[in-house]
Amino acid sequence: MRPPFASPLLRDAVLVAGIAGVLAFPFVGLLLTTQGTAPTLSARFPEFAGAVVLIFFGRLGISAARRGHILFPIVLGVVMATVGAFSLLFETTGMAADSAAPWHAFVPGTFLATVASAGGVAIAVVAGRNHLLRDSVPVARKPLPMKQLLLWTGVALAGVAIVLPLLPAVDRRLIDVATLVLTYVMLGWGLNIVVGLAGLLDLGYVAFYAVGAYSYALLSVTFGWSFWVCLPLAGALAALFGILLGFPVLRLRGDYLAIVTLGFGEMIRIILLNWYDFTNGPDGISNIGRPSFFGFQFAAKPAEGTESFHTLFGIAYDPVHRLIFLYYLILALALLTNAFTLRIRRLPVGRAWEALREDEIACRSLGVNPRNTKLSAFAIGAMFAGFAGSFFATRQGFVSPESFTFIESAILVAIVVLGGMGSQIGVAVAAIILVGLPEYFRELQEYRMLAFGMGMVLIMLWRPGGLLTHREPTIRTRSQPASA
Amino acid sequence: MTPLLKVSGVRTFYGAIEALRGVDIEVAEGEIVTLIGSNGAGKSTLLMTICGNPQARAGEIRFADRDITRFRTWDIVRLGIAQTPEGRRIFPRMTVLENLQMGAVANPDADFDDGVRRAFELFPVLGQRRNQSGGTLSGGEQQMLAIARALISRPKLLLLDEPSLGLAPRLARQIFAVLREINQSSGTTIFLVEQNAYHALRLCHRGYVLANGMVTLEGTGGELLENPAVQAAYLGGTGQ
Repeated sequence: MRPPFASPLLRDAVLVAGIAGVLAFPFVGLLLTTQGTAPTLSARFPEFAGAVVLIFFGRLGISAARRGHILFPIVLGVVMATVGAFSLLFETTGMAADSAAPWHAFVPGTFLATVASAGGVAIAVVAGRNHLLRDSVPVARKPLPMKQLLLWTGVALAGVAIVLPLLPAVDRRLIDVATLVLTYVMLGWGLNIVVGLAGLLDLGYVAFYAVGAYSYALLSVTFGWSFWVCLPLAGALAALFGILLGFPVLRLRGDYLAIVTLGFGEMIRIILLNWYDFTNGPDGISNIGRPSFFGFQFAAKPAEGTESFHTLFGIAYDPVHRLIFLYYLILALALLTNAFTLRIRRLPVGRAWEALREDEIACRSLGVNPRNTKLSAFAIGAMFAGFAGSFFATRQGFVSPESFTFIESAILVAIVVLGGMGSQIGVAVAAIILVGLPEYFRELQEYRMLAFGMGMVLIMLWRPGGLLTHREPTIRTRSQPASA
Repeated sequence: MTPLLKVSGVRTFYGAIEALRGVDIEVAEGEIVTLIGSNGAGKSTLLMTICGNPQARAGEIRFADRDITRFRTWDIVRLGIAQTPEGRRIFPRMTVLENLQMGAVANPDADFDDGVRRAFELFPVLGQRRNQSGGTLSGGEQQMLAIARALISRPKLLLLDEPSLGLAPRLARQIFAVLREINQSSGTTIFLVEQNAYHALRLCHRGYVLANGMVTLEGTGGELLENPAVQAAYLGGTGQ
């Protein structure tokens, strides 16, 4: 047996625990409470010490298991799990109040106890698996048939999305969350054209979303035009803004491009905020026209001489009809974006976007006009944001500059990057994880941000290139049999 | 007969640094012309200047009796000058076939399927790897892909920047053999920049020697190979 207490392991664990201690001291070790009007700072020594000790042993177990030690990490894991589980038991059964309970001092708090028991089990399992696999010869894993896999995942996701509102267990809240997620999926797919395909890092994508939303809001309020008339106009206006942004940034790349687009996004928001006569400033625009079912309103009492949705179909009025209609509307818009992207990748312009992402100099030397190619990517990406923006406006019935802050752009870029630049299904899954789950678990309050951060860290560790990094070729012919 | 490519008195600057100090070069139709010179002589700059990036500050570049000195790169390429830039520059995440498709941008009228067939005849290994992404190819295969991609548009003139760079001698010889075949079978004019002076001079009809941004010698490949100054400076003094 190899010596379990090899000194590098110990050194590493002490170092990690030290770093954790430095970080944990202000976050965990100090507690700011307000008593009356005076804020008081109190120390939380047990929690702090518990966290540091837990991290020390956890790190020791992880690195020992990673280096192929067997017995030591299993014992350590079992001990950790036992201590954690006992402590959890005492906490939850109220015995923690009895300060004589010896476990309490070791792992204070339910959270630490949970982490300790789960982590201990994980370490023991990993070490045990290493033990079982010790003598087996590593077998080359067969590559998954990615094309079929992605196709069927896509079909399954679309199928679930289509039947979702009809499922009996689905309530208004879920439809609302799903509609929000689909908005982000659509925006993610639109931004994917710019960032994923053309490789232009755009941190101000929310500007085009805002242009679309305000275009629809202003056209609807000023002229009373319907959603279906305004939708293409909003898309066209957003595309125009895409070109306006595109021109000055044609020569920029990477970090510089990101900074300028970020500035552009803020500029649009600040203009919307300050141009009071036109945009109504911070008060926003309200009473925006609601979408109609091809001319039939979703209203309990239709206006004189018109029919509304429920009288058309002879069913009882139910406000959920409009929610379901909105859901299908954004689903259709999102699927349109997806179909467009899948198609254009096979056309010369889409191929040129991808080539431009790979190597701009090679593109020039092959006769690609980088100016037109970049502008078309900006314009088309912006157009889809414009569509999504008008949907947002008609869904809310109200727009204000507050909805278009930088954090929206940041979330969208995170969705595209974590989804795996250029992967359509990856973007959809990332949108569900980054927007859907935090929204659905809103009751967990600040803990959902903890989960958000944990998700980010896990993706960085295991999928540093994004959830789905597979890139499906746009052209395929039967391969010749490979000769030796 | 007017030459296919005529570079006269071209001066190119990088900021205040004069990289080309009045270069005159002619390439006739159907020729293989090579340009040799040491590092920093301006060889790559001359190729880039012909393609308009950077543009010449003085002098004139004529291609097929047309002044292209002030044309943009992508317009020059569409006239029938294909370039394989230094360092191969294939598209790493795109497959071999997609890389070849990008070669068709400069000339959408060219028969793509026929071009691919020809490319796979010249470089059978590319045919075997047609659905593989460019980044997974070896260095030699990437160079082959870069050349094949440039040929898809059926250019009148092929500009090559150091095709043997970083290749094993056997692979380099294979590339040079293919270049001769391209020149002979389809009459493609080739202008080649090389460090590998011996092979390049053996391959070419005529050659130029560039030093410090100026042409110092010119002649047929054989003449330059025999030239004592060339032997001393670029062939290691042994003639081999």
